[in-house]
Amino acid sequence: MEPVLEAKGISKRFPGVLALDGVSLALHPGEVHALVGENGAGKSTLIKVFTGVYHPDGGELLHQGRPAVFGTPMDAQHAGISTIYQEVNLVPMMSVARNLLLGREPRGRFGVIDAGAMYEEAGRVLAGYGVETDVRRPLRDLGIGAQQMVALARAVSVDARVVIMDEPTSSLEPREVGTLFGVIRRLRDSGIAVMYVSHRLDELYQVCDRVTVLRDGRLAHTGQLAELERLQLISLMLGRDLGEVRGSGMTKFSRDRHLAAGTSVDQQAEPVVEARGLTRRHVLDGVDVSVRPGEVVGLGGLLGAGRTETAKAIVGAMPIDGGQVIVGGLPLRGGSTKAAIRAGVSLLPEDRKAEGIIPTLSVRENIALAALPSLGTAGVVSDTKIDRVVEIFMRRLRIKAASPNQLVSELSGGNQQKVLLARWLAVRPKVLLLDEPTRGIDVGAKAEVQALIDELAAEGLGVLLISSDLEELVEGADRILVLREGAVVGELSGDDVTEERIMATIAEQADG
Amino acid sequence: MAELTSPRSERMAVLKPRVYAWVQDYGVYAAVLALLLFNVLFTPYFLDASNFRTQLVQVTPIVIVSLGMALVIGTQGIDLSVGSIMSLAAAVVVLYLGYGWLPALIVALVGGAVAGAAGGALVAYVGVQPIVATLALLVGVRGLANVFVPQLVEFRSAGLIALGSSSVAGIPIIVLIAGALTLLMMFVVRRTTFGRQVVAIGGNRTASELSGLPVKRVLLSVYVISGLLAALAGVLATARLQAADPTSLGLFIELSAITAVVVGGTPLTGGRIRVLSTVMGALLMQLLAATLIKHNLPQSWTQIVQAGIILAAVYATRERGTR
Repeated sequence: MEPVLEAKGISKRFPGVLALDGVSLALHPGEVHALVGENGAGKSTLIKVFTGVYHPDGGELLHQGRPAVFGTPMDAQHAGISTIYQEVNLVPMMSVARNLLLGREPRGRFGVIDAGAMYEEAGRVLAGYGVETDVRRPLRDLGIGAQQMVALARAVSVDARVVIMDEPTSSLEPREVGTLFGVIRRLRDSGIAVMYVSHRLDELYQVCDRVTVLRDGRLAHTGQLAELERLQLISLMLGRDLGEVRGSGMTKFSRDRHLAAGTSVDQQAEPVVEARGLTRRHVLDGVDVSVRPGEVVGLGGLLGAGRTETAKAIVGAMPIDGGQVIVGGLPLRGGSTKAAIRAGVSLLPEDRKAEGIIPTLSVRENIALAALPSLGTAGVVSDTKIDRVVEIFMRRLRIKAASPNQLVSELSGGNQQKVLLARWLAVRPKVLLLDEPTRGIDVGAKAEVQALIDELAAEGLGVLLISSDLEELVEGADRILVLREGAVVGELSGDDVTEERIMATIAEQADG
Repeated sequence: MAELTSPRSERMAVLKPRVYAWVQDYGVYAAVLALLLFNVLFTPYFLDASNFRTQLVQVTPIVIVSLGMALVIGTQGIDLSVGSIMSLAAAVVVLYLGYGWLPALIVALVGGAVAGAAGGALVAYVGVQPIVATLALLVGVRGLANVFVPQLVEFRSAGLIALGSSSVAGIPIIVLIAGALTLLMMFVVRRTTFGRQVVAIGGNRTASELSGLPVKRVLLSVYVISGLLAALAGVLATARLQAADPTSLGLFIELSAITAVVVGGTPLTGGRIRVLSTVMGALLMQLLAATLIKHNLPQSWTQIVQAGIILAAVYATRERGTR
């Protein structure tokens, strides 16, 4: 059968990055097609090309076999391509019925909207989607799941031939997920092509027919999902070949930490930080983590498994519904990063630009930022103290800048990351939570950061290491906790710390 | 696109940001100098001491208010309530003159700080957008001032009159106060933990929170300081007028203050505060108006030229930001 929508060798370049590199994907009528990949794989760029938000720099888009150019998202919609985003884009104050039938309301005499007919039709349509509600009420009274159903019903009823769903289940209850799957299967049976983007492998295997895996902007795999084992799928996403044999690793960790005898970790020592039962609806489900002095604990798992959220919950940067964090035997009180930092727990955030650097300030000021109160007297900063700290860390971390007064935004990614590490080391933490510390930095800086982690652990610092780079995780960590869907599903230590074991743990079926 | 750029346009591409950066950093000083030079050459009696003094005295309230405004804008905020807080201070100061001018001054300053704290609390703790929170105060606070003192009231407090009109070594006291506050503000921004935190929060609020900065407390303080300075400006202006006029005192001064900050090269996107340049921005606007009036150009000309300068300043800042 002819594909309803097809990408042929699509490329898209952004300043400094090739987001898509010759990606091809065909969506056939009556199939549910999974699109998967880790951060930066190019999923959202591809979706935006399909929906007319971005224009490809190379390659061709075919719509029902004919070359198509979607100048605007409107063009794509007119061509029958509908997108359901995580955030519902409807009008919350208007009634459910109006939202569903907006622009197509049944008219009575003189072109006036026939309210009775509108409510009746809306009720009938929604019943088919498992939404039983008073359609006269404003949309915002509905739960997120039901709102999403309205969005879906609306998308389908405007004659969609292709429905793209981006993480549709991220805020749904299990019952709602079931309903959604029922709807998706019905769409498929009526000949609509569904593209389904999700990180939840269980869901993919339940509802999808085919799968396309993207990695680093390239097509990594496309084929029948049923023929692909979970483990294979994960290894395709992470870019690690199964059974790949390597001699010594490429990372700059002095040795495979977990194998080295007599590392500085004292197994009897009290944990410096211990998180118990961290819970947040839809995000974390009773996560326990503890880090001992001198220990590097790795957090493994796919994107969206709750690794970043665990780190943020520990430092109080994300509110939690339950659980507690204990530092040095004392519980950390109430969600503020300030309290955590004072207790000796610091987070190097994942998104360097949005959460790390202060672009308008110099290298010097960025390094001194967190330690400022201790680098002065009576609220007046001491230049000598700051200069000393800045000099020590610029030398130790080999930060390459024209001068300490250069704007931090002018540095390379690797040097910016070192500036942020310096910011944290300057407050002399007991535990550092490192979220993707080497992502997006050049090879040289990566090696230096890895060597530094080793060195700091040897000095007795506890480290929680989050990394999507399995090799880095395996060689850098003493012990690895594997997360899936917000819960710890496995703990690996000693000889079990291997890439294969991590992937196998991720792949295990939920509920066995 | 790289193959399309010629060497010349490449050189321009390197040069352009530098030119804009220079304009943003020093443009306001250059403009003030140029205007001074022009006046020395072409304006009769310009160097006359009394002329100079008049200009400075007139610009003083704007300078004081814009010091607070620069701080607020540095946090990516804005404070529209300053003019109304000036009028509140004028009303309060005459109400309490019976206790002596100094206690009255203090009560007026407290009033300004409280009004500022109201705006700051809305911004920092409730999460209202600064423009909305302070707009509410702009309306409400002037109303309050008018309730206290419904029409113009003259007063005879010798102390307060002296504050507004006497001089030390030929320099009016209120100008000295503005000068001292400028120095103080430069010190606060450059040399105190608080000042550095203000700039960091304006530069990246999320990063500041993750770095353990007391973000909410700093935001609140910034609006309190702005309210305090506005109240002081209100009292000084009242002292000079020798009458409290809550109905019209400080009308539209928030716009003059924002103009001074912007023309001084402080970006509205926060993360950077230029204290001395802000003062220069206020002086530039004052000097420009005086010059054009002296040369018998109508008021509308002044407004058009000022608009041109604001656009130029914003353009220079914007170009730099998109680098």
